[in-house]
Amino acid sequence: MSEVLVLVDHVGGTVRKTTNEMLTLARRLGEPSAVFIGDLSEDAKAALSRFGAEKIYTIDPRPLGPYLVTPKAEVLATLVEQASPAAVLLSSSAEGKEIAARLAIKTDSGVITDAVDVAAGDGGPVATQSVFAGNFTVTSKVTKGTPIIAVKPNSAQPEQVDGAGAVQAVEVATSEAGKGAKLTGVEPKKASGRPELTEAAIVVSGGRGTGGNFEPVEQLADALGAAVGASRAAVDSGWYPHSFQVGQTGKVVSPQLYMANGISGAIQHRAGMQTSKTIVAVNKDEEAPIFELVDFGVVGDLHTVLPAVTEQVNQRKG
Amino acid sequence: MNIVVCVKYVPDATGDRKFESDNTVDREGVDGLLSELDEYAVEQSLQLKEKLGSDGGDSEVTVLTIGPAGAVDAIRKALQMGADKGVHVQDDAIAGSDAFATSLVLAEAVKKLPHDLVVCGMASTDGGMGVVPAMLSERLGLPGATLGSSIELDGQTLKIRRDGDTATVTVEATLPAVLSVTDQSGEARYPSFKGIMAAKKKPVETWSLADLGVDAGQVGLEASYTAVEETQARPPRTAGEIVKDEDGSGAKALVDFLVSKKFV
Ligand SMILES: Cc1cc2nc3c(=O)[nH]c(=O)nc-3n(C[C@H](O)[C@H](O)[C@H](O)COP(=O)(O)OP(=O)(O)OC[C@H]3O[C@@H](n4cnc5c(N)ncnc54)[C@H](O)[C@@H]3O)c2cc1C
Ligand SMILES: Nc1ncnc2c1ncn2[C@@H]1O[C@H](COP(=O)(O)O)[C@@H](O)[C@H]1O
Repeated sequence: MSEVLVLVDHVGGTVRKTTNEMLTLARRLGEPSAVFIGDLSEDAKAALSRFGAEKIYTIDPRPLGPYLVTPKAEVLATLVEQASPAAVLLSSSAEGKEIAARLAIKTDSGVITDAVDVAAGDGGPVATQSVFAGNFTVTSKVTKGTPIIAVKPNSAQPEQVDGAGAVQAVEVATSEAGKGAKLTGVEPKKASGRPELTEAAIVVSGGRGTGGNFEPVEQLADALGAAVGASRAAVDSGWYPHSFQVGQTGKVVSPQLYMANGISGAIQHRAGMQTSKTIVAVNKDEEAPIFELVDFGVVGDLHTVLPAVTEQVNQRKG
Repeated sequence: MNIVVCVKYVPDATGDRKFESDNTVDREGVDGLLSELDEYAVEQSLQLKEKLGSDGGDSEVTVLTIGPAGAVDAIRKALQMGADKGVHVQDDAIAGSDAFATSLVLAEAVKKLPHDLVVCGMASTDGGMGVVPAMLSERLGLPGATLGSSIELDGQTLKIRRDGDTATVTVEATLPAVLSVTDQSGEARYPSFKGIMAAKKKPVETWSLADLGVDAGQVGLEASYTAVEETQARPPRTAGEIVKDEDGSGAKALVDFLVSKKFV
């Protein structure tokens, strides 16, 4: 069976859930080989093996240097040449998509981004995408080269299967061309202590209707164990950081439950949340377009409704 | 300084976007416009030119688009905002091209233009893959500083801030380079009356694939590296229950709903 390369998405060595999902998808297509750029800890090795990685290619990040993205694409291009994999899966984050784009040109291959599912098909993997603000579902295939597929979080239920996890160190240096864009500063973001927005099972969002006070939103999120999201209007007003923006130019989320509070439901916001399983809204305007999408809606003031909901949820949890 | 800004003509997102029978995007039946996300690219190009002032010698901003006849509207809008001239690559063979082919045509067009900096939007509002800028950087062999939320030019060094998931980073690249900018980079200006009048006299050239030396077999639906198998409209969401909050009844009803769905 051919190998399927999975570029491991990790934060400081800790493997993210998206990687487990990609390994699960990769098993449908062939034998998963994890590609780990960084220092592989025993924990990370065990985590990758637990989700079926037969091989783990490790790449020392130091020789790659302080450059943006390109060296990672070069690493994958080298591995594609060596292993002739059935496909390459990577996560559909900003960085993942850029690596995918560069790899496509380097290996003369087709690329599909924002996949929400990947299945084996006649003549190669079939990827499912959700397009036009979630109004259409599209299935497509790569027809030339090695299929490169960037996969979104929550695309599969991770399945545990023991993999051999045979570690193989790979040496790759960065080419002169890869040194074009240099990282000159890194300011890590403070962790919120809440689930990661794109991975969370529940997302509680606030919009312009919060009037700048996100406390009721955050407190409800904490009562439900949820991530916090924001509309662009809230982000542009400086009420919440951009990395929490949901929508076309922010994060696309697809949780079990999405709660929109004080958000009108503009098409660009919908593009980021329309595929959520269950949608709930609190808005004081009964004409707000968000109500067209909801499974349950409350016409009311979020400043009174949310604290009451939080209190009752906390009571029920005892 | 020569700046080339790549803009796309896209179907209006507020209109009813759909697919043709061959699974390509229907661009005829829907009103098109300059992609809103490319307005930010035009804005940053103009700001860089303005900051260079006369020091930049004769800085020039060229708007480049690949698209059907109507795409000249996108160029025209950018010229009204203040860009200097336009290049419209138009060829029937291009219809249905994917990002791979689009980036090829863009790269060949850029090579024919003097360029110190190539500026793109973060993603097109229709296809939305956000991969063309990186592909272009790769094809041109130029450094790519992508997803800039603030942009600065210091002599021959381009400096951007990039807001990532786990960190905010600063990136530097030496010109010539490819830059893409996000919608966090600053509101785009509206064309002034003067700008609208001036744009009428600004030159727009139309190039074909032959002008670029690109073979028609390398582009279009046939030459795509990906193939759409099926498109399916998402079933409309069935109308949910909506309650009016009166004396705290809304919160209680909402909690009951969350409990019934096992979220609590
Ligand atoms: C190219 C482009 C990209 C974009 N990308 C995004 C994106 O990624 N994400 C995004 O969100 N937007 C995006 N937008 C912006 C989008 O069009 C909307 O402007 C934005 O989503 C509006 O945010 P909002 O719903 O919070 O604000 P508004 O539309 O102003 O709605 C506020 C809502 O709050 C309600 N409200 C007010 N007070 C209360 C109260 N006390 N209690 C309850 N309800 C209350 C009001 O009835 C109203 O419905 C984009 C726009 C463009 C052009
Ligand atoms: N047909 C096109 N003509 C000119 N520029 C384009 C075209 N398609 C994409 N681009 C540029 O590439 C960016 C990203 O596009 P995409 O990868 O399609 O999301 C856009 O914001 C434009 O700057």
